[in-house]
Amino acid sequence: MGRITLQGVQKSFGPVHIIKGADLDIADGSFVVFVGPSGCGKTTLLRLIAGLEDVSGGSILIDGKNVVDTPPAKRGLSMVFQSYALYPHMSVRGNIGFGLKMAGLARDEINRKVEAAAATLNLTPYLDRKPRELSGGQRQRVAIGRAIVREPKAFLFDEPLSNLDAALRVQMRIEVTRLQKQLGTTAIYVTHDQVEAMTMADKIVVLNGGKIEQYGSPLELYEKPANLFVAGFIGSPKMNFVTGDPALQKGAATIGVRPEHLKIERDGAGGWPGTIAVAEHLGSDTFLYVDAGPLGMLTARYIGELSLSAGDRVSLVPDPARIHRFDNGGNAIRS
Amino acid sequence: MARMATTRRVAVSTIAAWLCGFLIFFPILWMVLASFKTELEAFAVPPSFLFFHWTTENYATVQERSDYFHHALNSIIIAGGSTLIALLIAIPAAWSMAFSPTKRTKDILLWMLSTKMMPPVGVLVPIYLIFKTVGLLDSRIGLVFILCLGNLPIVIWMLFTYFKEIPRDILEAARMDGATVGRELVYVLTPMAIPGLASTLLLNLILAWNEAFWTLNLSTSNAAPLTVFIASYSSPEGLFWAKLSAASTLAIAPILVLGWFSQKQLVRGLTFGAVK
Repeated sequence: MGRITLQGVQKSFGPVHIIKGADLDIADGSFVVFVGPSGCGKTTLLRLIAGLEDVSGGSILIDGKNVVDTPPAKRGLSMVFQSYALYPHMSVRGNIGFGLKMAGLARDEINRKVEAAAATLNLTPYLDRKPRELSGGQRQRVAIGRAIVREPKAFLFDEPLSNLDAALRVQMRIEVTRLQKQLGTTAIYVTHDQVEAMTMADKIVVLNGGKIEQYGSPLELYEKPANLFVAGFIGSPKMNFVTGDPALQKGAATIGVRPEHLKIERDGAGGWPGTIAVAEHLGSDTFLYVDAGPLGMLTARYIGELSLSAGDRVSLVPDPARIHRFDNGGNAIRS
Repeated sequence: MARMATTRRVAVSTIAAWLCGFLIFFPILWMVLASFKTELEAFAVPPSFLFFHWTTENYATVQERSDYFHHALNSIIIAGGSTLIALLIAIPAAWSMAFSPTKRTKDILLWMLSTKMMPPVGVLVPIYLIFKTVGLLDSRIGLVFILCLGNLPIVIWMLFTYFKEIPRDILEAARMDGATVGRELVYVLTPMAIPGLASTLLLNLILAWNEAFWTLNLSTSNAAPLTVFIASYSSPEGLFWAKLSAASTLAIAPILVLGWFSQKQLVRGLTFGAVK
């Protein structure tokens, strides 16, 4: 079991409030991603759950039991660090088995569990190597092995893939997701990469300035962002925001349209006219950055190849069903 | 052209380095040579460099007159004991300052170092009187104690800089893995800091081995280490240069050999923190 509940969790370092009251309910077995810009408090929140930092207020419940006064080791969680944090003087076997050794398990049992974990992660040939003799991806796998071998209530991942190159990152992303589903263990994963968040998560927590902006499934966040921040943070390229007349006509202070929901018309009269500043041709997609005069720069995405280039005049027509409306405070208007 | 200039620069700096090295080493070489001369030749002007009557008689005399091994054993006990005790105290101290610093940690570190800024002679009288009252004069325990105290600030500073370099994540990982503070020290921190511990140990062994002020002032015979053994040959009357040299050569030989074999560790220890 691994249900984690946060109730009014606060954290300040001296006069600086890092976490300003977080309430969250993470269901057993779910994969939850904390995402947000750097300095938003996502890593701090994870460290509070881990017990590596003490809360300044509120409570953290693991399976209904308040653990704020429980030391990290007794919380039954395991963590994968950004730097891998492997023990450099121990072999892979020693690294994976360290937690079991600390728990006082018999040597035979430790070996059996370590070998089972290594087999899951394709690390068997490397069991007697030292971390410095491994590649980045292998080190990451050892760190994950160290986490799974203890059969924790939940895994905590602190930006574990950010030190890997792009190709390996995609591969590890898939491996981590698959492993989590296979084990059925609750996972909390911190990242600043919204693509990672969208692809891995059952549910995403968007954090900004120490506050939870929205908690929901990836598609909920994409389709029904609660406010301007979430609307701008989730989705790539970023959502276009338009203020002024077009917004007022819709009864909002700001409207937002995602680049993929703008129809591109050549020399069209309707919609929002503008001049292409930059056209990016990726083959699979075409991205147009359009200078729309008083509306500012707008980004449009076309699936497939579109033979337009910088300087061409186009008109962008928003899909009326996919326009997001926001009030003066930046909150979404639902009707 | 550029390559020639580089080659010449390398040659010049190599020669300069060797010259510097020779200059620094020269007194030691001279001492070793003098230890094989007769007293008259050791004193002769102009001195003979290599062509003199080589003799080992000084060594025999020195061993006969004062027991080298008695002093060497004292040196080993005093230098080794004070270094080990200093390490035992310094490891937890440096650990706590490196990994759970408070607002005052910097001040404490500076304060500890400041005790090394005062000349030891400033506290000779009170320490001597305390030793006399407690009955520690000319005792190995007393010397172990005073040298340990004297070197403790340096040991703590060195370990502190080493520990600072160990990533916090690794200790947190150990904590997540269920290690208590004690086990974290034994299984994770200490093994990771072995290079640092080794160079701290070596440097302090050398410092304690060569320490002359306290050992000369607080011991006479029973606990007297090799420094006292050397000093007994520096006499205002009589010609004892060759014997003094022989005694000095004997006294520094063990630590010189140790230093030679651990050069790499020592250099790393001395330059630690200077370059990342």
